[in-house]
Amino acid sequence: MPAPPSPQTRNSNGLDQFFASIQGSSGLSILDLSGASQANITFITNLGHRLYSDDIVRSLDDAFGGGGDFYENQNDGARADAFLAQTLDFPEQSLDGALVWDTLQFLSGPLLQNAVDRLARILRPNAYLLAFFTSDEKSAQIPLYSYRIVDSRTLSLAARGQRRPAQFFNNRSIEKLFQKFSSVKFFLTRDSLREIIVRR
Amino acid sequence: MWNKRKEEEYPPRHVNNPPPSPIPAKENVPMSSPTRTMEPDATRGSAVIGKSVMIKGQILSREDLTIDGEMEGTVECQEHRLTVGPNGRVQAGIKAREILVLGTVHGNVEVTDRIEIRKDAKLIGDIKTARIIIEDGAYFKGSTDIVRPEVGKQPAPAPASKPVPAAASASSAGANPQAAASSAK
Repeated sequence: MPAPPSPQTRNSNGLDQFFASIQGSSGLSILDLSGASQANITFITNLGHRLYSDDIVRSLDDAFGGGGDFYENQNDGARADAFLAQTLDFPEQSLDGALVWDTLQFLSGPLLQNAVDRLARILRPNAYLLAFFTSDEKSAQIPLYSYRIVDSRTLSLAARGQRRPAQFFNNRSIEKLFQKFSSVKFFLTRDSLREIIVRR
Repeated sequence: MWNKRKEEEYPPRHVNNPPPSPIPAKENVPMSSPTRTMEPDATRGSAVIGKSVMIKGQILSREDLTIDGEMEGTVECQEHRLTVGPNGRVQAGIKAREILVLGTVHGNVEVTDRIEIRKDAKLIGDIKTARIIIEDGAYFKGSTDIVRPEVGKQPAPAPASKPVPAAASASSAGANPQAAASSAK
């Protein structure tokens, strides 16, 4: 069995702005949807914050995998509601930041918008959300990563295979997705990953 | 409540199965059940709840404890180490000085010193601890609060362990190459 590829590192202006927004604060509650990792837990808690960890992609697989098309299964309202209740079950305005990474690319239809709207409700006003979207419109499958924080502006990307995204997100569709947030900022990058900082 | 067992004193044996009951009272050692290997260090010198045992209720332990069966309720192992073995399934609030998770835990956890979640282990619940080690491949869903002990109120030191050879000591001193501990300041 071939060894998994070594993690790659990348500078992240979006991450830099995310941490700049909480600089000087302590005791905040941050959400990380990339799955619990030593790196992220250590970094965030060493800043004096509480970190909520979840692997939303794994939760998606548990909720909508198995039989049938993964994305068609997300149109099942009951399953979608159960997924949201289990995954984003936080009181309103209880979180001070959310590291969503690239996970929104794997939600579709009403579930996608409901998830983003729920994030808007559970984030405090002026809280920031960091999200990544591929800029590669042509690929049928995109790489899936676990994002590990190296420092406030550097990430280590550990590959988790390839997945078909729900759709291609252009800038207009991203702005529409986050219409309940006060601002959306795009960062230009050299690779195929677009970084979005969204302010509640 | 639970007698200490050393692995070398716990050979496989034939046991007449008791009548079916919701909560088996005796510990069985089926000959053919698949067994996930427990690390020897995890059970040495600790009370052990074996993989065939299910408990509902409260456990209050005044010594190191290993749970490799099912537990539902609360577990208090203050000043001592709790190990949830690879076959262990614990659905309980837990308080301990130190916790090692090799199996599954559903419940909130309060640890005065360190919690370690190994690869293939699963923990769903909120953690309050001074230090946490989580290996790649472990699944954790919940919050992490690092609570450092106040100056002058350090956690009770671990019981003195047997001296180990210098070579073994040097190889175990470093952190797991897949993880780095979040250390108390």
